Amino acid sequence: MAEGRSTPHMIRTLIRTDGNPREAINGILRRLLEEGIVDALMVPQRVASGDNVVQTLVRDPARLDGMDPLAPVMPVTAARLVSNITMTGVKERIAVVMRSCEIRALVELVKLQQAKADNLLIVGIDCLGTYEVTDYADLSRQGVDTVAELLAHAAAGDPHPHDGKSFRAACQMCERFVPTAGDLRIGLFGASPDEFLQLEATEALAEKLGLKPEPIPAERERVIAVLTQERIAARDRIFAEFRQRVKNISGLQAYLSTCIRCHNCMVNCPICYCKECIFRTPIFDHESEKYQQWAARKGAIHLPTDTLLFHITRLNHMVTSCVGCGMCDSACPSNLPIAVMFRAIGQEVQALFDYEPGRSLDDPVPVATFREDELEGV
Amino acid sequence: MAENEFEPKIIAFLCNWCTYTGADLAGTSRIQYPPNIRVIRLMCSGALDPVYVSKALLDGADGVLIGGCHPGDCHYQTGNYKARRRVAILKSILKQLGFDEERVWLRWISASEGRLFADTVTQMVAALKEKGPNPLKGAWGI
Repeated sequence: MAEGRSTPHMIRTLIRTDGNPREAINGILRRLLEEGIVDALMVPQRVASGDNVVQTLVRDPARLDGMDPLAPVMPVTAARLVSNITMTGVKERIAVVMRSCEIRALVELVKLQQAKADNLLIVGIDCLGTYEVTDYADLSRQGVDTVAELLAHAAAGDPHPHDGKSFRAACQMCERFVPTAGDLRIGLFGASPDEFLQLEATEALAEKLGLKPEPIPAERERVIAVLTQERIAARDRIFAEFRQRVKNISGLQAYLSTCIRCHNCMVNCPICYCKECIFRTPIFDHESEKYQQWAARKGAIHLPTDTLLFHITRLNHMVTSCVGCGMCDSACPSNLPIAVMFRAIGQEVQALFDYEPGRSLDDPVPVATFREDELEGV
Repeated sequence: MAENEFEPKIIAFLCNWCTYTGADLAGTSRIQYPPNIRVIRLMCSGALDPVYVSKALLDGADGVLIGGCHPGDCHYQTGNYKARRRVAILKSILKQLGFDEERVWLRWISASEGRLFADTVTQMVAALKEKGPNPLKGAWGI
């Protein structure tokens, strides 16, 4: 993403798949490594047991046999992993295969100086939705080809989950399933992937891969627009329900009543990058006598204390950069709809600064910048 | 002061260079203002993590006053501008959660504005008396 600072000119083209879109995608990814376009490739591969997919960092092209970049599961957000493998600097050029939400989270992390994109070649693939890890494992063990199921409906823009299962809640209200950043974007919507893939690549990469421009069918944009509208409608319904439920602090208490304070939402959030979260510092190791004082003042207190404070503070700290990946939901042992809270509240907070997390490396994160002439009435 | 009249409790986070010094000036100038504030001195309004404002409100403080240098006058150049963004974010979140965000005041008061400091506290106490006690004062489990 060296040229990602300002929007690079993208070449559009089609790649014939001859009925095997997976092999076509894997072939492009393999070429990146084999032809030395990059030194390393970070790509999802099936684990040996076949019921999960994990990101792998590959230097040897012989170790790409389990590639499964379309697998509808995201056990860990790749943004975090890219942070790990780039933060202190790397000489190697690395291609990273990511979903749209992961790319958006990475854009935020780069701006928060938690990842470096200079040596990255970002490959984004249209996201057809993801299952919870346990659901994906379950379907895989039953022998369901989840990728084939979804690809069959990509052309019509109607990817839907296997009967009896559902996509992760965050995916059901995701309106940004098409990556808008990245050096290579692989389009599945709007044309049968069995016939061809719709590619967008930077000029430099297109030249290296020998891609010649070819027009992309107009159907793609239409299909994406329709699905986007459907998702926005679903999102707005879910936001409205949230706002109805959480009209006041007692509504919020009820919303979070089963929170067990494990901090998993924070641990799994790609944006919550602090090495030492304030909630894990001595600031919250209160003196024992303090609890007596609080209980005396209020008559009684819940233990542990500060459950709402934890969530409200996390909102304050990172909601401006929340990309809606829903990793908080997936990590919650109580199945609390945390992502809805962050997305609904984030919508208004982000609007204050006309900020869209993950949109561009050029927009500074709202909490790291300011304008002299703004917010006069605060 | 009438007996049983509600006396709001205000937690004030004041920057060392401007508002805290302004409060000091109000005192040395013997300017009268209501004794409803509990002052916490910070080096800069930009050093205030919203966690402390939220904590005060969730624990029942009736109001929080954040005082900093006037825009352009921050001792650390830009801390107050950053504070302004954080307070805007905090107030939007509080409002969306149905909490009266007008209990949080951000004001620019310089070291020479002892009178303005006293007036601000006087006005804030009056505004909070109008609102009544923080509804979370007796709430447990938050």
